[in-house]
Amino acid sequence: MQEFFHSLKAVAIALLLLSFVGIAQAKKLNVITSTTDMAALAQEVGGDRINVESLAKGYQDPHFVEPKPSFLLKLRQADLLISVGLQLEIGWLPPLITQSGNGRVQVGANGYLDASQFAEILDIPTGVVTRAMGDVHPLGNPHYWLDPDNGRRLARGIAQKLGELDPPDNSYFQERFQDFDKRLTVAEQKWDAEMTPYHGRKLVTYHNSFPNFAKHFHLNVVGYVEPRPGIPPTPSHTIELIGLMKRENCKLVLVEPYFDLKTPNSIGAGTGAKVVVYLPSVGGEKQVTNYFELFDYDIGLITKAFQATQ
Amino acid sequence: MNKRILVISVLAFSCIPLWGQQANPPDANAQNAALEQRIRDLEDRVISLEGKIRTMQSAQAAPPAQPQPAPEAPAAPNQAPAAAQTAPPTTAPPMPSPNETQSGLANPNSGAVPVYGGSSAAAKALNPDVSVIGDFIGAAGGNTPPAFATLQPFPSLEMHESEIGMQAIIDPYARGDFFVSFGEQGVNLEEGYITFTALPAGFVAKVGKMRSAFGKVNMMHNHVLPWVDRPLVTTNLVGGEDGIDDAGFSLERIIPAPKGIFLEATGQVFRGDSDELFQHVQRSDVSTVEHLRAYRDITESTNLDLGVSYARGHNDGTINIPGDFITQLYGVDATVRWKPLRRSIYHSFVGRSELIWSQRQQFPTEQRAFGFYTSADYQFARRWFAGGRFDWSDRSRFANLTDKGAAATLTYWPSEFSQIRGEYRFTHYAENRDSNELLMQLIFSLGAHGAHPF
Repeated sequence: MQEFFHSLKAVAIALLLLSFVGIAQAKKLNVITSTTDMAALAQEVGGDRINVESLAKGYQDPHFVEPKPSFLLKLRQADLLISVGLQLEIGWLPPLITQSGNGRVQVGANGYLDASQFAEILDIPTGVVTRAMGDVHPLGNPHYWLDPDNGRRLARGIAQKLGELDPPDNSYFQERFQDFDKRLTVAEQKWDAEMTPYHGRKLVTYHNSFPNFAKHFHLNVVGYVEPRPGIPPTPSHTIELIGLMKRENCKLVLVEPYFDLKTPNSIGAGTGAKVVVYLPSVGGEKQVTNYFELFDYDIGLITKAFQATQ
Repeated sequence: MNKRILVISVLAFSCIPLWGQQANPPDANAQNAALEQRIRDLEDRVISLEGKIRTMQSAQAAPPAQPQPAPEAPAAPNQAPAAAQTAPPTTAPPMPSPNETQSGLANPNSGAVPVYGGSSAAAKALNPDVSVIGDFIGAAGGNTPPAFATLQPFPSLEMHESEIGMQAIIDPYARGDFFVSFGEQGVNLEEGYITFTALPAGFVAKVGKMRSAFGKVNMMHNHVLPWVDRPLVTTNLVGGEDGIDDAGFSLERIIPAPKGIFLEATGQVFRGDSDELFQHVQRSDVSTVEHLRAYRDITESTNLDLGVSYARGHNDGTINIPGDFITQLYGVDATVRWKPLRRSIYHSFVGRSELIWSQRQQFPTEQRAFGFYTSADYQFARRWFAGGRFDWSDRSRFANLTDKGAAATLTYWPSEFSQIRGEYRFTHYAENRDSNELLMQLIFSLGAHGAHPF
């Protein structure tokens, strides 16, 4: 009888150990990102070893996301929080981090990653910064992911952070990054070839969210529909912009999906320019599900618009 | 500029040997590719260093990386441990460790004595975010409240409040928030508390002076209200503009719940002084507030927020007559929000109601009062909001006297940092006296004011 109990005990311990192994195998890093673009890049390098979810949607203005309590449910389980940084999320992410009750993702903790440290940042203001300049970002333009080279740098940094948090899978994350790097290099060659005929072409964007894309693909952003970042269009500025576009022979207005088209359309009517709703983020449209498709989509729109306004 | 010159010089010198080798035509393509790759690598290194500098600069104001227990490492049975620890060789330049780059500059093992508040320019980076929010109110029309009414009319022109906010991360475990409100004739510490953000088991604790978690409006600062004034029920039953705002401590935790429901419980203990609502005589006369909040996303654009609250404390009946006189408040709040994500900056709707029951012990008989408000606010353009509110409330000391009111508001935002609001307010006092007022408000914000909780 005693032997039977010993056997039973051994079986129970074995089952317990096996269940722990199962749990350990199933355990993935929970990665929460502020935007879909960071989620897309994390997914590229994290593969099936991470669960990744973005708080903001791709068709949402990332400056003005509501810090909903449902986000806290996600944040409290997070092993890693990846933010765009440069104060893009200053209006909504800090209270979520504070309220999450998750010490792992507090600013300065090991599970908090400000991805801007890896990227080339443009439009860093020099001199005095005041609100007279609008809702300007004192640390530089936060829309930096729209440059494939920055995408590569971000992916490398995220892979390194994932490996740091999950050392046994470090080589997996590095291999995933190497694969992403190769695919991105091939895609970049294709995108560069598609955009080469339009080097130097002039365009206007609604918000100043395009500098990295414009720099990479040698486009010339001559003005913005907003008179200052975050300030809605005014009639006087719109008239000035129409005059500028006519003088510069600018025939394209790019609008983010969360802005109203009324003013851009009136600018288009006044200048003969084409108004195009482009996607600043992955998930802006259903078919744009990853970082590559984002550039495919936008470059397709832009080249088509340039062709139509030769 | 000097940095760029240095980088260009490094690039130029590093490229000289490669240029020299380009004289050999068969190898030209390979050499060009190598040169381009090297330039890219150097560019990456420069960008990486720039990022590191940016992070270090901002890290001077932030705490060093918090010591964390290592996350449970997922097993990788299909990989040899040695291989798993070794990254494959890469041509990419070495990246700074994210952990390194997010650490503060101070090295605790360096042996150097830390300097706090030094006179160098870098010391300014350690200052908290400072903001000032001005709240100017003008009033026109007649409002002569009866003798026992709690509603106090605004003067014709008033710099109603100047709220100074100072907010910063204190250390790896906590952040601090101070809000000092200057009226025209006095100063009040509206809130000043430390929040412990890294407690075990998901708890979040606050210690200091704070607005209590009773209902919705009590937690709101004046500048985030969708109206110029506060609802009658707040004025009559919950201590007026300051409300339950006291020194004490608070503990909150998210409670696991099914079906994506956010459930949060908050318990708070205060000294027991909140305007005319609670007053303590002895140290044991503490007041308490409990709040349970349930929230759920109905769709990605619509959500429902429900709460129940309870507060208990000693009232001023104790001052004149021996014995314990307790005031208890029971509250129910409901908020429905709609904000279409694709057009979130143009359209939104918030409907809200709070129902509050007051049970006040006083001489000669206990007073049981009830009050509520219902409001709706709709954003119909990027800069424009319109709203309405209905008020109905007994008075806490004279529960048989009921005041009623209604208000309509129109708000214009020149930018995110200023707003102009007009409000028509009608009040019908229990003594059968009516008032019609037009209130005007100008709110303007300077500096970096941290976002308020949802």
